[in-house]
Amino acid sequence: MKFTISWLKEYLETDATLDQIAEKLTDIGLEVEGVEDRAATYAPFKVAEVLEAKPHPDADRLRICQVKTLDGVLQVVCGAPNARTGMKAVFAPSGSYIPGLDVTLKKSNIRGQESNGMMVSEREMCLGEDHNGIIDLPADTPIGTPLAEIYGLNDPVIEINVTPNRPDCAGVRGIARDLAAAGLGTLKPLVTPKITSAFESNPKVALQFDDANKEACPLFMGRLIKGVKNGPSPDWLQQRLKAIGLRPISKLVDITNYFCIGMARPLHVFDADKLSGNIHVRMSKKGETLDALNDKSYTLEDNMVVVCDDSGVLGLGGIVGGVKTGCEDDTVNVYLECAYFDPLRIARTGRSLQVTSDARYRFERGIDPAFTVEAIELATQMILDLCGGEAGTVIKAGDVPPSTKTYKYDPARYNRIIGSAVPEAEQKAILESLGFKVANDWSVTTPSWRPDVFGQEDLVEEVARIRGYAAIPPVSVIKDGAVAKAAETPRGSKMRKARSALASKGLQECVTWSFMDEDLAHRFGANDRQQAARLKLMNPISSELMQMRPSILPNLIAAAGRNADRGCMDAALFEVGPIFYGTDLQEQPVVATGVRFGHQGPRHWSGAEANRAVDAFDAKEDALAAIAACGGPSGNLQVSRDAPSYYHPGRSGSLRLGANVVAYFGEIHPAILDQMKITEAVVGFELFLENIPEQKKKGTALPLVDLPQFQPLSRDFAFMADAKTEGDAFVRAIKSVDRNLIANVEIFDVYTGKGVEPGKKSVAIAVTIQPRDHTLTDSEIEGICQKIKSTVEQKTGATLRG
Amino acid sequence: MDTSALKKELVELVSAAGDMAALENVRVTALGKKGRITDLMKALGTMSPDERKTAGAELNLLKDEIAALIDKQSAQLKAQEMDARLANETIDVTLSPRPERKGSIHPISQTMEELVTIFADMGFTVAEGPDIEDDFHNFTALNFPIGHPAREMHDTFYLPNDERKEGEAQKKLLRTHTSTVQIRYMLENKPPIKIICMGRVYRSDYDMTHTPVFHQMEGLVIDKSTHMGHLKGCLMDFVRSYFEIDDLPVRFRPSFFPFTEPSAEMDIGCSRKDGGLKIGAGDSWLEILGCGMVHPNVIRNCGLDPDEYQGFAFGMGIERIAMLKYGIPDLRTFFEADTRWLSHYGFDPLNRPNRATK
Repeated sequence: MKFTISWLKEYLETDATLDQIAEKLTDIGLEVEGVEDRAATYAPFKVAEVLEAKPHPDADRLRICQVKTLDGVLQVVCGAPNARTGMKAVFAPSGSYIPGLDVTLKKSNIRGQESNGMMVSEREMCLGEDHNGIIDLPADTPIGTPLAEIYGLNDPVIEINVTPNRPDCAGVRGIARDLAAAGLGTLKPLVTPKITSAFESNPKVALQFDDANKEACPLFMGRLIKGVKNGPSPDWLQQRLKAIGLRPISKLVDITNYFCIGMARPLHVFDADKLSGNIHVRMSKKGETLDALNDKSYTLEDNMVVVCDDSGVLGLGGIVGGVKTGCEDDTVNVYLECAYFDPLRIARTGRSLQVTSDARYRFERGIDPAFTVEAIELATQMILDLCGGEAGTVIKAGDVPPSTKTYKYDPARYNRIIGSAVPEAEQKAILESLGFKVANDWSVTTPSWRPDVFGQEDLVEEVARIRGYAAIPPVSVIKDGAVAKAAETPRGSKMRKARSALASKGLQECVTWSFMDEDLAHRFGANDRQQAARLKLMNPISSELMQMRPSILPNLIAAAGRNADRGCMDAALFEVGPIFYGTDLQEQPVVATGVRFGHQGPRHWSGAEANRAVDAFDAKEDALAAIAACGGPSGNLQVSRDAPSYYHPGRSGSLRLGANVVAYFGEIHPAILDQMKITEAVVGFELFLENIPEQKKKGTALPLVDLPQFQPLSRDFAFMADAKTEGDAFVRAIKSVDRNLIANVEIFDVYTGKGVEPGKKSVAIAVTIQPRDHTLTDSEIEGICQKIKSTVEQKTGATLRG
Repeated sequence: MDTSALKKELVELVSAAGDMAALENVRVTALGKKGRITDLMKALGTMSPDERKTAGAELNLLKDEIAALIDKQSAQLKAQEMDARLANETIDVTLSPRPERKGSIHPISQTMEELVTIFADMGFTVAEGPDIEDDFHNFTALNFPIGHPAREMHDTFYLPNDERKEGEAQKKLLRTHTSTVQIRYMLENKPPIKIICMGRVYRSDYDMTHTPVFHQMEGLVIDKSTHMGHLKGCLMDFVRSYFEIDDLPVRFRPSFFPFTEPSAEMDIGCSRKDGGLKIGAGDSWLEILGCGMVHPNVIRNCGLDPDEYQGFAFGMGIERIAMLKYGIPDLRTFFEADTRWLSHYGFDPLNRPNRATK
């Protein structure tokens, strides 16, 4: 919302400076977004007289001018064709900034002739397009007159951000009222003129609504004004409209804009001679059309409020009028419309037709319904004043809808909510200055222009706002005891720990969108696991951002691919965030997901290991590290071969705790990588944080440490096994031999090839035995080894190699 | 017995031994079972007791001397050999060490953890809520009138209606703010309430300064006596602690949110020079968050009596405050997963700054 200071002062009696006004506006909730003081911007530019203009001796197109300014006579070299002796022009001195050229002038020498400053064109001043010559002013313009004064730029423009609850401040007068309440002047009273009507107005108006839509347009007032003379508005009106960015059109149209901005009262003017039959206001029927004054055509749906005559739709009530019946320069008889439309319906219509207008902006926020009656008189008077003519009677269909409410207010409530007391008399004075009526029993009646006030808290806010929030003393919030409670949730704790673990493993955390391409989502399980249709956005930004993600993997793989395109071939990325199986609370789990791309690292002189390709065990390691960091039983998980289909079927697995999958890991399926146009191998994991059991820790003490005092011993075994026997089978078999003494089992070699018959493999295992209460005797050790041999042979079918 | 010739000979042999093997030969020649000194020792038995006494002493002396010489020579040779070996083992120390991956924590996560520590110190705990919400929790319970322009300002992403649900729970959407968690928490917990919550929020807006996903933090205090002075104190303490500026100027401006009354926006002081922005005392203000006293309708919608309970709420964009604190210029880059950006703006997992660290 933009307005000028002179416009404000039309309603507000004040001596306040521009700065004081701007500061107060922000203090009372009308946040100033910009102040444009054009008088200051144009201050250096003043009228000067060209005493003499003679040709430049060394340049055909240039003239040497002697220019009389308030500061004396200066020589200026000028290239304008219209520079001539005796003219009044606008002089820009050396050191001034020329906005249209984006230069700061310097004293210069042009082909041997000194030049001090320049005389400017409208375009150089950003005041118009004219660049045929320098500004040529009437001969009687006094030397030294500021340019800003000549162009009506002495009026600073303020732009404020009006919050949606304050339709009254979508008009300059409402802003003036707030400023007056805040002590920055007095609101000038608005005097409704008495207009004698010379004839019966026509056409008549009918409100044609069924009961369901009665509120759509409860009040429609109209008046015929005959014999007007339209044409350009007076300068003051044009300058105000231009200052706030509106284009002056004609007196009649400018008057409607003046009321819309000045008093938040949208009006409409019809050329009465273009109306046929009576006016009726009704709900639209699907398929009706309107060529609107904003040069667009609209095809209407059912149930939009339209103003019609017998020929059809004339305009969208409270939003935009039609071209067919618009006022032109030759309009002689004008029909003035002043009506009240229901905010919700205006908003719905405006939204569905995507039409924005100053009228819609105000109606949908809720203008003052009671003001309709006064406004038609005020507007009529302005038309008569500017355009002449004579007014007919006021036609009134419907009635002013209820617009005030009364609430019981307890002034003590202020102290309770705000935390500091304000005397009752002061509260009353503030409310009354805003237009509220305060009865002796503190029944407070709202003014008709404040649809946003619904009860005590709103009244508290009015008082607090007008006094300024700076007046509220701050009080620190402190915790209840010496110890801060553990603030994080179990889930939040796991998220934090997983993040730290994965970043420590060398992965970089990223944050990607929660939605993705629909096809891609389906490849990553949307069809299998989630109710895909429920998770498809109805109004996505693009088709790539349409389906709620069933997995974070595709986003990370795509991100790694983008990094590869930029030259970072081997990204390792992770994200800890939500995925979506459904729309219910428990169907939005948090998953720590990571990918490693290509190679473990760059090629390096130290050998191939540095540059080795990533494999499923990198992903498994990442998952296990994060599980361990979250306090999960990383050493105690079952591994099964049932990862989802987007993993490589032979190079992936699930880490389980009983029926719960804690994580999937493995290589991404090469076919999916092909589809994603990724040429490198990618491994990844998905860790379901909610499936890691909560740690049941009481107090701060840790369990006692176990430090055996006897030296551990290590024995190696080599088994010949069926090639399909999995490593885990050996480890479990050996651990089962003696869970007390066998401290560790590590497979250190798996061999197939020469010396091993086809279909078999040789598995070498190191077993660490930790004596607990005595040094083991040779025969005890031999006993354990025999038992390891027999157990492995029995459970896996393998045989100990000779 | 004259051993001087022998001594001279052996001393020459020892000093002539150029490596450990040669020295060992000398040792055997001189002191071995069949060595020269050993031979002479064996001959002592044939001597008279007197001769034996002097010759024995002389031989022992010689033996010790030669042994000491051999030890000395041995040490010298070992040192030489070590030098030769070390010279041989020289590597090019200018080569790079084996590469190790360096991970990083995203600035959004870092900022969230900083927020938790600051508010935990004021007695807040963390609450959570889902990203996919419904009309009730996102709008209606928060006092957004149906059809009101304020709902439109949110650019909501909608999901298909869930016909398994009733009424407003049918209308599924992506939460446009974390204020939904206020509702969920108040519906499930009795006051006193003192929570923060953080997470993803969604708005259908994508340009220079907006992304369709961003993060918010929300705070809520509900009890019988918390007033607007507490709101100001809490947030003043917060911004000064978060930006690590003790005298950071703050300003509260009246504003409008459907779910608070009175409502305010909070600005912090800053200075803008040459296109740069510096947080702190300066000539300008920067909007940082929205806040207010919880609207009685919201309290009522959550089953509490607004005549008994009151309190404040606030909310802010996490990316925004991260950008301001850490000087990150472009919002969109937070979500691009560019490893160069992540390396530069991300945090070392082993060195996460907090309020007590430098």
